[in-house]
Amino acid sequence: MTSGDIVFLVPEIILTIGACALLVFPVLGKRAAAQSAKWMMIGLLAITAIAVIVSSHTVTDFAQSRLFATMFAVDSFSVFFKLIFIAAVAMVTLMSEDYFRDSRYSPWEYYSLLAFALCGMLFMASGIHLISIYVGLELMSLSSYILAGYYKSEQKSTEAAMKYFVLGTVSSAILLYGMSLIYGVCGSLNLIAIDRAMSTLITNDALMLGILLLAAGLCFKIAAAPFHVWTPDVYEGAPTPITAFLSTASKAAAIAIFARIFYVGLQHFQLDWSFVLATVAALSMIVGNLAAITQDNIKRMLAYSSIGHAGYLLLGIISMSEMGMRGVLVYTVVYLAATLGIWAAVLMLQQHEYAGEQVEDFQGLHTRSPFWAFAMVMFLLSLGGIPPTAGFIGKYYLFAAAIQSGFGWLAIIAVLMSAVSMFYYLRIVVAMYLREGKDAQVSTAGSLRFVGAACLAITLFFGILPTPLIRQVETSARWVAARAVAVPNAGR
Amino acid sequence: MEALTSGMPFLVFLIIGTIAVAASILVVAMRNPVHSALFLLLTFLCVAVLFVLKAAEFVAAVQVLVYAGGIMVLFLFVVMLINVRSLPEERVMSAFWKGGLAVGLGLFILFAGVVRPGVYHEPKGNERDLRTQTTYRMRKVRNADGTVTERRVGRSRVVGNSEAIGMVLYRDYLVPFEVASLFLLVAMIGAIVIGKRELLAEEEESTPQFILDRAEKEKEVKEVVNGR
Amino acid sequence: MIEVAPSTAAYLMLSATLFSIGLVGVVIRRNMITVLMSIELMLNAVNINLIAFSHRLSSLEGQIFVIFIIAIAAGEAAVGLAIIIQLYRLKSSVNVDEAKVLNG
Repeated sequence: MTSGDIVFLVPEIILTIGACALLVFPVLGKRAAAQSAKWMMIGLLAITAIAVIVSSHTVTDFAQSRLFATMFAVDSFSVFFKLIFIAAVAMVTLMSEDYFRDSRYSPWEYYSLLAFALCGMLFMASGIHLISIYVGLELMSLSSYILAGYYKSEQKSTEAAMKYFVLGTVSSAILLYGMSLIYGVCGSLNLIAIDRAMSTLITNDALMLGILLLAAGLCFKIAAAPFHVWTPDVYEGAPTPITAFLSTASKAAAIAIFARIFYVGLQHFQLDWSFVLATVAALSMIVGNLAAITQDNIKRMLAYSSIGHAGYLLLGIISMSEMGMRGVLVYTVVYLAATLGIWAAVLMLQQHEYAGEQVEDFQGLHTRSPFWAFAMVMFLLSLGGIPPTAGFIGKYYLFAAAIQSGFGWLAIIAVLMSAVSMFYYLRIVVAMYLREGKDAQVSTAGSLRFVGAACLAITLFFGILPTPLIRQVETSARWVAARAVAVPNAGR
Repeated sequence: MEALTSGMPFLVFLIIGTIAVAASILVVAMRNPVHSALFLLLTFLCVAVLFVLKAAEFVAAVQVLVYAGGIMVLFLFVVMLINVRSLPEERVMSAFWKGGLAVGLGLFILFAGVVRPGVYHEPKGNERDLRTQTTYRMRKVRNADGTVTERRVGRSRVVGNSEAIGMVLYRDYLVPFEVASLFLLVAMIGAIVIGKRELLAEEEESTPQFILDRAEKEKEVKEVVNGR
Repeated sequence: MIEVAPSTAAYLMLSATLFSIGLVGVVIRRNMITVLMSIELMLNAVNINLIAFSHRLSSLEGQIFVIFIIAIAAGEAAVGLAIIIQLYRLKSSVNVDEAKVLNG
C-alpha cells in the first residue's frame, strides 16, 4: 500500500464525511426540515456514485486493483454492486420523505444511519479478506438493527429490532465460528490465500464444517430457508421504508459477499458445498412461496416472497459458472427494481404510520389510479418472471446456469415455484382490478411517484432491451468468475 | 525447574478451563441477571488467562479492559436500570429446556467431532513470530546483468507482542480498522437514538427551560429598573 | 505421548463447549439480558479458537481478528442493551416471550 492508493477509497471517505455532516447539520438549527435532509442525502449519494465511477477508472489492471495489503478490491464486480447499492439507497431515501413528514422522529439521524449502512455495504462489495468483509457486514447489520427500531415508541418496531438484533448477532457468531475453522485449516483469512491453500486439500471435515457454518451465517443475512424465521416479523414490524431497505439493498449486499466468498475463496470445494446449498435453495423456494400464499398482510407476503427470491439467487451461486454469476448480477438488478417499485406503491397507499399493509387496501386501485395499478402489475409480473418484464431475463440466466451445472432438478423446482408465486401475486392483481374500491387514498408525493416510475422504467426497459445490462454484467461477472472457471486447479 | 515450566501451562489450562466452563454454565443457569453478569466476568477473566498461555498478551489485555471493564459495566448498569422484580418467570427443566439442551449437546458433538489431529493446518514457525515486527522498504537492487530494479525488502525485528500487533494493525489492516471506528460511531448514535427518553415534539422544538427562566429573570430585573 | 503444553485441540474443545453453552443460553433463557450475555459467550468461544490457531500458525492475523471481534461485540452490546431498555419502557418486561405483537 502506498498513500496513492487512498484514491480508491475516496467514495467511502466522501460518504463517511457526508454521513457525519448529516448528523452535525441539525445542530446548526432548522431541525424540523425533513425536506433539506432528504436533498442533502440525495446529493451525497450522487457525489458518492460519481466518485465510485471515477475511482474505478483509475484502476488499470486486476493486480493493481487489490489494495491495502489485499484487503480491498476495486474491480468491475465491486463497482457494479456499489452502484446498485447507491441506487437502491437513493430510492429508499426518496421513499422515506413522505413517511417522515408527519412523524415526530428526526430524519437526520435516520439518513445518517442509512448512509453508514451504505458505507458498510460498499466495504462488503470490495472486501476480499474475511476480516474486512466481516467488519463491513457488521457495520451494515448494526445500522439495520437501529433503523428497524427507529419508530421506538411503536411496540412493533422495537420488537422487530429486538428479534433482528438477537438472531442477527447469533448468526454472526455462527459465521465467525465458521471463519475461525477455515482459518485453522487454510492458515489465512485472505480469500485468495484460502483458495490457494484449498487447492492442495482433498477432503477435510473441519473445513467442511467451517464452510457450512459460514454458509449458514450468510443464509441468515440473505434470509434463505432454514434461517428465515426472523424475516416476516422484522419486515412487518420495521418502518416500511426500512423494510424496503432490508429486502433490497441489504439482501443484495449479503448476496454480493456470498458470491465473492464462494466464487473466489471456496471454489475448490464446490462439489462438497453445492449440494448443501442446493437443498437450502430448494427449501427457500418451497417454504417462501408456499407460505406467502396464506398471508393477507402485504408486508409479510413480500417477506415470504423475498425468501423465495433468495432461493433463486442461490441458484447462481450453486452453479459456480460465469453464467451463474451473470444470473446473480442480472437478477439482483431486476429483483431490486421490482421490489422497490412495489414498496413505493405500498407507501403510496399509506394512511397512517402503518397502512397500505393489507391486500384489501389495494382493492379498486385500478379505478383510482390506473397508472399505478398498471405499474404494480408489471412489478408483480417481473417478480414472477413473465416475459415482457425484466424478471424473465434474470430467471432465464439463473435457471439456465443451474441446468448447465447439472442441477436440473433444482431448476424444475424453481420453475414450479415461480408458477406458485404467480398465484399470490395475482391475488393482488385481482384485488386491484376486480374488487370494489376502498377509500384508501393514493399519495401524491412527487418523490414516491418518481421512485415508482423509475422502477417501472427499469423493469420494462431491461425486459425489452436487455443488451446494455447484459453487456455490463458480462464484464463484471468475468472478474470474479473467470478465476473459478478457467483455472480450476491453478494454485495461484 | 524444566519439568515444572513445561508442565505448568497444561495444569493452568486445566484449572482455568474448568473454571471458565463452570462459570459459563452458571451464566446461563442463574435466574438473577446480576449473578449471571458476575459469572460472565469470571469467564472473561479466565479466557484472558488462556490467551496469555497462547502468547497473545495484547489481546488478553484488551479482553480484560474492554470486556471486563467496558461491556460488563454496561450490562450491570442496565440490570440496575431495569427492575429486578419484573424478571420473567421461567420454569426450570421444562420440555423447552430439554430441547435446548439437546440442541446444545448436538452442536457440541458436531464441533468436537472435527477436533482431530491432521485436520488443521500444520503448525509452522514458532512463538517468536507473534512478537516479530517486519518493516518493509523499497530498496534499489543491482541485478546480475547490471540493471537496477526496486524491490521490497523486509526486515524483521523481535519486539513485543503489542508492538508487533500495532504495526500490522495500522499498516495491513488499516481499512478494516477504520471501518471498525465507523462501527463504534454507529453504535454510539444507535444507543443514543434508541435509548434516550423520548421528548415531546414541543420539548424538542422549544428553547430549554433554563434559558426561558433566565430571560424571565432578566425581564423582571429590567422592569424593576425601569419602574424605579 | 502425554502433552504437557495446552494443545490446539484442548483449546478447540473448550471453545466448542463455551459455544454450545452460549447457544443453549440463547435458546432456553427468556430473559433478554441473559440472552445477550449468552451471545457474548459464543463470541468468546470464537475468540479462543482464533487465538489457538494464531498460535499454531504463528500468524498475527488471528489475534487481529480477535481485536476486531471484541470491538464489534462492545458496540453490539451497547445497541442491544439500548433496545432492551426501550422494550422495557414500552412493556415493563424483558421477557422474550412477551414480544408477541408480531405473530411469528
